[in-house]
Amino acid sequence: MAGSTHASPSAEAAAPAFSPGRDAWRRFRKHKLAVAGLVVLCLLVLGVVLGPFLWRVAINDIDFSAQLKPPSPAHPFGTDDLGQDILARLIYGGRISLAVGLAAMMVASFVGILVGATAGMSRGRIDAFLMWLADLFLSLPQLPLLLLIIYLFRDSLKSVLGPEGGVFIMVVAVIGGLRWMPVARLVRAQFLGLREKEFVEAARALGASRIRLVIRHIMPNAIGPVIVAGTIDVANAIIAESTLSFLGLGFPPDIPTWGRVLFDAKDYLDVAAYWALFPGSLIFLAVLSINFVGDGLRDALDPRRVL
Amino acid sequence: MSRDYIFRRLLIALPSILGISVVLFTVLALAPGDPLGELVTNPNVPAEVRLALRAKFGLDDPVYVRYLRWLVSMLQGDWGFSFVSRVDVDRLILQRLPTTVAVIGASQILAICVAIPVGVLAAAKPYSLFDQVANTFAFIGFSLPTFFTGLLLILVFSVQLDWLPFVYTTEIRATGWGYVWAQVRQSIMPVTVLGLFQAGTLVRYVRSSVLEVIKLDYVTTARSKGIGERKVLRIHVVRNALIPVITLIALQLPIVFSGAIVTEQIFRVPGIGSLLISAMLANDTPVIMGVTFVSSCLVVFFNFLADVIYGWLDPRIAFR
Repeated sequence: MAGSTHASPSAEAAAPAFSPGRDAWRRFRKHKLAVAGLVVLCLLVLGVVLGPFLWRVAINDIDFSAQLKPPSPAHPFGTDDLGQDILARLIYGGRISLAVGLAAMMVASFVGILVGATAGMSRGRIDAFLMWLADLFLSLPQLPLLLLIIYLFRDSLKSVLGPEGGVFIMVVAVIGGLRWMPVARLVRAQFLGLREKEFVEAARALGASRIRLVIRHIMPNAIGPVIVAGTIDVANAIIAESTLSFLGLGFPPDIPTWGRVLFDAKDYLDVAAYWALFPGSLIFLAVLSINFVGDGLRDALDPRRVL
Repeated sequence: MSRDYIFRRLLIALPSILGISVVLFTVLALAPGDPLGELVTNPNVPAEVRLALRAKFGLDDPVYVRYLRWLVSMLQGDWGFSFVSRVDVDRLILQRLPTTVAVIGASQILAICVAIPVGVLAAAKPYSLFDQVANTFAFIGFSLPTFFTGLLLILVFSVQLDWLPFVYTTEIRATGWGYVWAQVRQSIMPVTVLGLFQAGTLVRYVRSSVLEVIKLDYVTTARSKGIGERKVLRIHVVRNALIPVITLIALQLPIVFSGAIVTEQIFRVPGIGSLLISAMLANDTPVIMGVTFVSSCLVVFFNFLADVIYGWLDPRIAFR
């Protein structure tokens, strides 16, 4: 296995088709559902980015003559109890929901890589302590703690950063801060194996500093599983944010994230089922396609894995 | 398995509970706002009284003293007093806990009953049609957020078909079999929502665990001795493959708790999850702290239990 991946410089020059990136893409394409997920995901992102330019209806246009109207040409996704256009609200909310997912993933990956790399490089007591910390965080019940922190800090952050920014930063920080453990463990496991490899030893013998060793030599080889875990984290963060908003403890009503719209819709299930179905399906579609993309990336970046 | 092993596991579990208590206390201590609340801003309260009160409750003590005092009173079962219900927090939680445990337990059983056969069959013929269908459904299962599945079930079975009640009630008037039937009817949807979400994750674990075992040499030996494929699968493979799954079920518990909170909220199940949410909406801090602490302790306890069971099923673990 190890031998077959080594390519001499001349062979690389003769057949540029075998770059690692292309190879990964070739494997990714084989996973039909992952490709489908990628397409759906791109459509969703395009929709929420370009949507407001194509669908110019205000999200807070209250129209009491059009309350709870089912989907029609004027309102493709129908209207809510205040006569607000659900499509416009979902486009706007989708931006927030997807942005929260991405930002929380970045926070989680950053903390996870930092902790994992430190643990993997230092071994001994620091390693044991950091891994104990990761285990501790893993056994914390996420949602109660998330709710607790938001309950305690919401008002003061709101007064400092404004309602929108404050809630956004808090939700991202808390979701990200509670999801770094799997990444940290992955990175540490990769580091423990890689740091003993010959090429790392060679670099060390050439006088490379610890930082250079980590950034130039170990990290690029450990990044595959981290990308996979990061992708899944985006999906988890979207679910977490929607859950918070769905419980009425996330974003305020004037910021209609997908979970928030669902929260508003849940008391009208009998008269306006469509109102709950659209945001729910969007969350489901986003999460499902991200999970499939993650699965495809796993196949693409780690060919040895069975699952 | 030795007593020594259980003791070592306990040595890991206890610091975790202490660690959790530190995390919770830190969050509480860092939180803005004065514990004396209105008394601070009220101009009719003289400054001396305020200072005397602060001294009486030890609010100006160093933080570790306050932590120790808090921990000791938590350990003594003095968890405070619910502002809203006017009941001691521990009694309130004890009242609600059985419902939550019952719903979570039933949904775990459902998840296991679905996931093990499906996962084993999928792994027995990897990449077959059944495997692909099972895998796709597993993905759908854990990509569907519990709050959406809950609403969908209510929409179909309560609103459209009117088969099942969508509000869980503790005041069932019927007795005998009528009571059991009503209880089952109202539990079906919450348990299904939680169970299927769990099953999605579990199917993939079971499948990969079986795939790990099925390629081991002793399985090949069993086959070459002429033992039927079914028997090999049932007696040789599944028994060993399910051992790691136990740990995974325990590790999933924090996620199950999160799901339970949402499910209880949707179906108005009077468990500790809905207690938490209503306490939050009513600013009932002692209840919030109590529920968070109890759910953390439960998670640590089940992790410990899983470790012990794991050591019992797989003696190799206990010697590490």
